[in-house]
Amino acid sequence: MTVINLKVNGKKISKEISDSILLSDFLREKLSLTGTHVGCDTSQCGACVVHLNGNSVKSCTTLAADCDNSEITTIEGLSNNGKMHPMQEAFKKNHGLQCGFCTPGMVMSAVDLLKKNKNPNEKEIRDWLEGNICRCTGYQGIVEAVKDAASKV
Amino acid sequence: MVSLIGSKLERKEDKRFLTGKGNYTADINLVNQTYASFVRSPHARAKINKIDISKAEKSPGVVKILTGEDLAKDKIGGLIAGWKIVSQDGKDMKVPPHPPLANDTVNYVGDHVAIVIAETLEQAKNAADLVNVSYKIKKAVVNTKEAMNSEAIYEGIEKNLCFDFLLGDKGKTDEGLSKSDKIIKLDLINNRLIPNAMEPRASIGDYNPSSEQLTLYTTNQNPHLTRLVLSAFSAIAPEHKFRVVAPDVGGGFGSKIYPYAEDAVVAWASKKIERPVKWVAERSESFLSDCHGRDHVTHVELGVKNDGKITALKVETIANIGAYASLFATVTPTYLYAPLILGLYDISAASCNVKAVFTNTAPVDAYRGAGRPEATFLIERIVTEAAKEIGMDQAEFRKKNFIKKFPHQQCLVHNIDSGDYSAHLEKALEISDYKNFENRRSQSSKKGKLRGIGFSTYIEACGIAPSAVVMSIGAGVGLWESAEIRFNATGNVSVFTGSHSHGQGHETTFAQIVGDKLGVPIENIDVVHGDTDKGPFGMGTYGSRSLAVGGTAIAKACDKIVEKGKKVAAHMLEGKPEDIEFKAGEFVLKNSNKKKTIGEIAFACYLPGQFGEVKSPLPAGVEPGLKETAFYDPINFSFPAGTHICEVEVDEDTGETKVEKYTAVDDFGTIINPMIVEGQVYGGIAQGVGQALYENGHYDESGQLTTASYMDYTMPRADNFPQIKLGFTSTPATSNPLGAKGCGEAGAIAAPPAVMNAVIDAVGTDVSMPATAEKVWKALKKNPSKKAAA
Repeated sequence: MTVINLKVNGKKISKEISDSILLSDFLREKLSLTGTHVGCDTSQCGACVVHLNGNSVKSCTTLAADCDNSEITTIEGLSNNGKMHPMQEAFKKNHGLQCGFCTPGMVMSAVDLLKKNKNPNEKEIRDWLEGNICRCTGYQGIVEAVKDAASKV
Repeated sequence: MVSLIGSKLERKEDKRFLTGKGNYTADINLVNQTYASFVRSPHARAKINKIDISKAEKSPGVVKILTGEDLAKDKIGGLIAGWKIVSQDGKDMKVPPHPPLANDTVNYVGDHVAIVIAETLEQAKNAADLVNVSYKIKKAVVNTKEAMNSEAIYEGIEKNLCFDFLLGDKGKTDEGLSKSDKIIKLDLINNRLIPNAMEPRASIGDYNPSSEQLTLYTTNQNPHLTRLVLSAFSAIAPEHKFRVVAPDVGGGFGSKIYPYAEDAVVAWASKKIERPVKWVAERSESFLSDCHGRDHVTHVELGVKNDGKITALKVETIANIGAYASLFATVTPTYLYAPLILGLYDISAASCNVKAVFTNTAPVDAYRGAGRPEATFLIERIVTEAAKEIGMDQAEFRKKNFIKKFPHQQCLVHNIDSGDYSAHLEKALEISDYKNFENRRSQSSKKGKLRGIGFSTYIEACGIAPSAVVMSIGAGVGLWESAEIRFNATGNVSVFTGSHSHGQGHETTFAQIVGDKLGVPIENIDVVHGDTDKGPFGMGTYGSRSLAVGGTAIAKACDKIVEKGKKVAAHMLEGKPEDIEFKAGEFVLKNSNKKKTIGEIAFACYLPGQFGEVKSPLPAGVEPGLKETAFYDPINFSFPAGTHICEVEVDEDTGETKVEKYTAVDDFGTIINPMIVEGQVYGGIAQGVGQALYENGHYDESGQLTTASYMDYTMPRADNFPQIKLGFTSTPATSNPLGAKGCGEAGAIAAPPAVMNAVIDAVGTDVSMPATAEKVWKALKKNPSKKAAA
């Protein structure tokens, strides 16, 4: 067991955790932040993407114990005082989601893309999102959403 | 008031998904909950000698371990196949028992042997590893084509044959073939697919011993039917004491239509231990134990005259249904497949023989399109080859053979009510800039790339399933849908539907229908689904049925509301019901300025009493309340159709295929929300492109699934697609008052032949699905004549 101190969605948290618990399980089971989803066991689908110190990571292959003294943002922490982030708004407007399961990871990845590349072209968007699988949308609405958000962020 | 029907409204459900507030089964945690892990067979076919749980039972945190023996003691029944198929010799199909936990044999890798329940998930998994099962391994039957020549898996099921089904007239078909100038022949494989909804399956059983109420939370497209099957056949609990909740569900694509062994077992186990039991699949478990799709081996022959007219079509298929016959497994390769082999062509003679075989692989059942993609693939592949053989343009050959007059009775089953096939073909030719294709081919050639074009003009039968039609062809049960419109006293509305939304956006589309019909603002309408305790019995969502069948039930319930509202309004406005007109949410007395809003009527309906000067607003004999239910059984299937045109570029050095251009023009009849419909088409096409180029469920000779993770099973990703261009034409369905035809499966049905025809056009020789780089490269080696110019 280890005690970790970290900030999750801006809130200071101190928890005693098992050394082997994954960040995704820690968020879902210990903090009830169930917006972060687990879609595979192999770090392939990206449904579990969160921001660790501002960068997108796959939380299903990150140990919570490694996140001591770090800042985590999950999909629940993206809205500001009940107002959705422009990326969330853009997903809604451009039908970038259907069943909603891959959506949290997809949105978190897309937000990170715009941090690193303010005005990505279509190819750059598609290449960046290669690590996030969506089975519903055929990616068309997602790509449109990212373009739309890029024009507004 | 602007019509809501036809508006691109943003979805009501999106905010909760976008902010992480969705409520999926795995997100639910109950007080005093336990965790389950399943012991699964590592062998494709084996006899169980002994299950030793002594070590596992002593493992920390273990609450209970249950096996097939316990299940049998409690007389829990097996899972069922929902449709009985009769073979051409008049005998009923043969199916083996399908116990939720194995009795004495296991029949595929992943088959369920025991459930281990513990205080934590880690403890359950650790203990599951300690369950010692001794097996006598037998030789597995894996190959679809060879299954009938292999040792019988089950006693009494000779040749592993479930049924030998025939649709159509073989004599007439042979006659039609003999009258043709050319007979085109093809051998096709429709590859096994693993549906892969992004949310892995999960179930939680929760039994209350005092009330004897059992609740099952499950990832399901079909909660009422799941309750019915688990009640009536598995005897898990009586229906009135059994609630099935399918909360937010992260995609289904067919794979979540059925009750699974895990559903039955966790529900039963929670009764045994009187605590909630939660199970969530790991992705590898989903690969092993979710129902797979397709897996056909087909021989097809098409007779054509030199002028391009098709004379007859003959199809012989071996359909792999896996180790057990799952709920829709027998109807998928028969009634959902065989009638559709004709496509949208006027063909006067056809026959389709389907031999369904058992193998030691995961059960195969409905996956997006279910039977119709398999049918469309064969007809669109062979029509393409026929046009080439005759030397006709692909578009012209198709046009020549299109059905042109409606209604059209096909020679097999369907009576197609409406369509205009040349319209969507012409529009697709225009959008895809077909006339300049050869220029683009030359451009690609200059880059050293082989460019090909592929057509797919498809039809599907949706809105399953009109009872009268399906009964007349001997297919057993039809599938209607239910709806309830419940006004609250303050004028807002709860809409209950028996269909289920797991990505389709019903909460928006259905609200648009109600908003238009009743003149209630859309924000005052809530669509409720997925809980057997809330709405009336319904049939769920699959087969592109929700709008055509479920939406119509909603429209009919709205009509009943208006009918009652008129009586109440007439009484309140001192007129006759026949003099009341209802428009945009208001009941207006003809030739007067007297009117009542539907909100006022709802309020009046809930407050009927008399007090002082206030008289009851309700006429004598009219019941209080404003709530109406409708059950709708369609009069016919609906027949969406369309043209998809794909262009690919193949790298001749690597064999890699890239979709360069994709155009889809579809006729879905009336469209309620174009944004949602476009999303359904894009998603369907992506899955169809996946089948054509990337995806393949593969078992090795011993029956091990070699594609059981996202590292081995290639899912299409964002960088695999170009921008897809869509267009629409519309001939409304006549079989339902909305005119809706259904759109959910079109992309997955139309895309595989469009892509494969393009690949084969580029490569110049047949390639089977998926057209991986390796396969295409090998095909090019065999056919070196096809070289790019550069």
